[in-house]
Amino acid sequence: MLFIKDLEVSIEGKKILKGLTLEVKPGEVHAIMGPNGTGKSTLANVIAGRDLYEIGGGKVSYKGKDLLELSVEERANEGIFLGFQYPVEIPGVSMTNFLRTAVNERRAYHGLDPMPAGEFLRMMEEKKQLVEIHSQLASRSVNEGFSGGEKKRNEIFQMAMLEPELAILDETDSGLDIDALKVVANGVNKLRRPDNAFIVITHYQRLLDYIIPDFVHVLFNGRIVRSGGKELALELEEKGYEWLKAQAPA
Amino acid sequence: MDTIITDNSLKGKMITLFGENLRSNFSSDSEHIRSIRLQAIERFRELGFPSPTEEKWRSTNLGKTLMLEYVQHFAPLEKDIDVRKVFQCEVFDLDTILVAQYNGWLVNKGETLTSLPNGTVIGSLADAMRQYPEIFEKHYGKYADMQHDGLNALNTAFAQDGLFIYVPEGVTVEKPVQIINLIDLKENFFVQPRNLIVLEKGASLRLVHCDHSLRHKESLINNVSEFYVGEGAYLDHYKIQNKDNSSTLITTTFFHQERESRVSTNTIVLHGGVVRNNISVKLAGEYAEADILGLYLVDREQHVDTHVHVDHAVPHCTSNEMFKGILDDQASGVFNGHILVRREAQKTLAYQNNRNLLLTDKARIHTKPHLEIYADDVKCSHGATVGQLDPEAMFYLRTRGIGEHAARMLLMYAFAAEVIGKISIQALRERIDELVAKRLRGELTICDQCVIDCREKRPVSFDIDLSKI
Repeated sequence: MLFIKDLEVSIEGKKILKGLTLEVKPGEVHAIMGPNGTGKSTLANVIAGRDLYEIGGGKVSYKGKDLLELSVEERANEGIFLGFQYPVEIPGVSMTNFLRTAVNERRAYHGLDPMPAGEFLRMMEEKKQLVEIHSQLASRSVNEGFSGGEKKRNEIFQMAMLEPELAILDETDSGLDIDALKVVANGVNKLRRPDNAFIVITHYQRLLDYIIPDFVHVLFNGRIVRSGGKELALELEEKGYEWLKAQAPA
Repeated sequence: MDTIITDNSLKGKMITLFGENLRSNFSSDSEHIRSIRLQAIERFRELGFPSPTEEKWRSTNLGKTLMLEYVQHFAPLEKDIDVRKVFQCEVFDLDTILVAQYNGWLVNKGETLTSLPNGTVIGSLADAMRQYPEIFEKHYGKYADMQHDGLNALNTAFAQDGLFIYVPEGVTVEKPVQIINLIDLKENFFVQPRNLIVLEKGASLRLVHCDHSLRHKESLINNVSEFYVGEGAYLDHYKIQNKDNSSTLITTTFFHQERESRVSTNTIVLHGGVVRNNISVKLAGEYAEADILGLYLVDREQHVDTHVHVDHAVPHCTSNEMFKGILDDQASGVFNGHILVRREAQKTLAYQNNRNLLLTDKARIHTKPHLEIYADDVKCSHGATVGQLDPEAMFYLRTRGIGEHAARMLLMYAFAAEVIGKISIQALRERIDELVAKRLRGELTICDQCVIDCREKRPVSFDIDLSKI
């Protein structure tokens, strides 16, 4: 589904990713761990299409297409979803208006007519249950005045509405208490299917108690330095990132 | 130099016209009105038209406008106009009291001055001048400052008709009053409407004022309104301006507020050639409150200039200004917000906010907050921002599959929504909401709006249903 080969990325002349290789297949959950500043969020943003970065080398293919050639919205409409570490507040745009636009833009991309309003509202109600959102979310502006936990739940809610094939969750666990974390993880687990995949980026192992990954990768200094099964996360938790730094090539 | 010469000639022409009218069209004036006119023309003789050398007119040059030749009418074109033939009402849900001003003259289904059972009087200023001299003696010309403003002096010298509303003590006018100001002439046209609205103690009124033009001819409108808002009275006021590119619209509105009165005034500029809105609020009684809001959406060569002056004359008053603008193409704008807090006006709360979105490199806005505070126990703040659409928000929307164009639309609309959301008449809010969305999508043309459809050369028709403005 996603194949990244020797990806090199820099921002303002500073190299962040220095030859990253990763393959994700349908049905898989990949966790990417690593200390702060090693390029985890850069990877997520580059896949989503953020234009702040310069691609120095390597290639990224998604469903057989050259991903780097696609615009941000084309990637989204091809099934890529980025769950933001810091979801953006958009005062004045209601959740309903926002999601309806998003759902219908995607439908238009795939040659479908807009979703009838009734069907859309039913879908919203159904997906709200999934992340246990009970408030009058629909009339509120996107993320405006939401608590940290609400913002993260809202990301998962949007993911549920848009039904992506490849979801990248960028530190969705940061700033969440254990209850909120469970709700978020539970939402993700319910959305797992044989034909979709997740890349879960996290600093801590704790999220992976609830979202069980098939693979764990450790990103350090712009490269994946270790890959393994879910037990690698536990090993990291136990030994800390210092352990890696000692092992990593300079 | 051409500009100045022509300005002088228009000035001279106006002074000559005044003399002629004094013997004819103004001859039936009361002594009171006549003396105001004479003072006003003297003041105009001294001040003349504003020039860009004046600070208040630095960024809005009327030179081109004043160079043109205009036709003026000092009596209604057709005296026995059968309004029903000119206007076709398509009313099915009458929920406003509708009056119309046609080429400067008030027309209201043949009945130019209406009294409601509760004592409210709505209609023609010209008629009211004759019928209610005592109200005019008390209020007319009292709030409009012509000492510093030549255009206001000129309006006062020539004022003949416009909207008059009198709401007696304790009366709430249930339905909103809507006035539509239509210009529909084949020639270049100069008109100076004058409005007087008096709310006695505890009265309550909602007023929607729409400015439109029906033909794409050069027009110059110099509109002056005076509002007296008595003790504990409430005024909810909207100005919707949708003019064509060849029009120059200058509106000057004075609000005089007594103790514990509340005013909310919202100016929405959807379209216009040159638009100048002067809004002046005098908080003259303690615990008075004013919300002064506005939204301007301009593109191409359009120019919109907003001057707000809030005078905190006494203690314990609150004023809250919020103006937002979206400027596209080569459009230009001015916001000048002057808050004066006098020495006695302790415990004043005064807020001012002007936010602008510039969509191109060529769009311009001059924003100038001006706080003049002589009292020491006050809370005042001001903020002005000029920016582009938030790139973070753009990216966020696009990652949800929303294309760049739609994402821009959503963000622009959201920017405007803060002002629209404050419209308390629901039907009006919904309609404005729709018009703004249409305007932002580039679908709103001057011929495609509100009540009027002149494209098929049908008689001018309008619809009283507010939701269909």
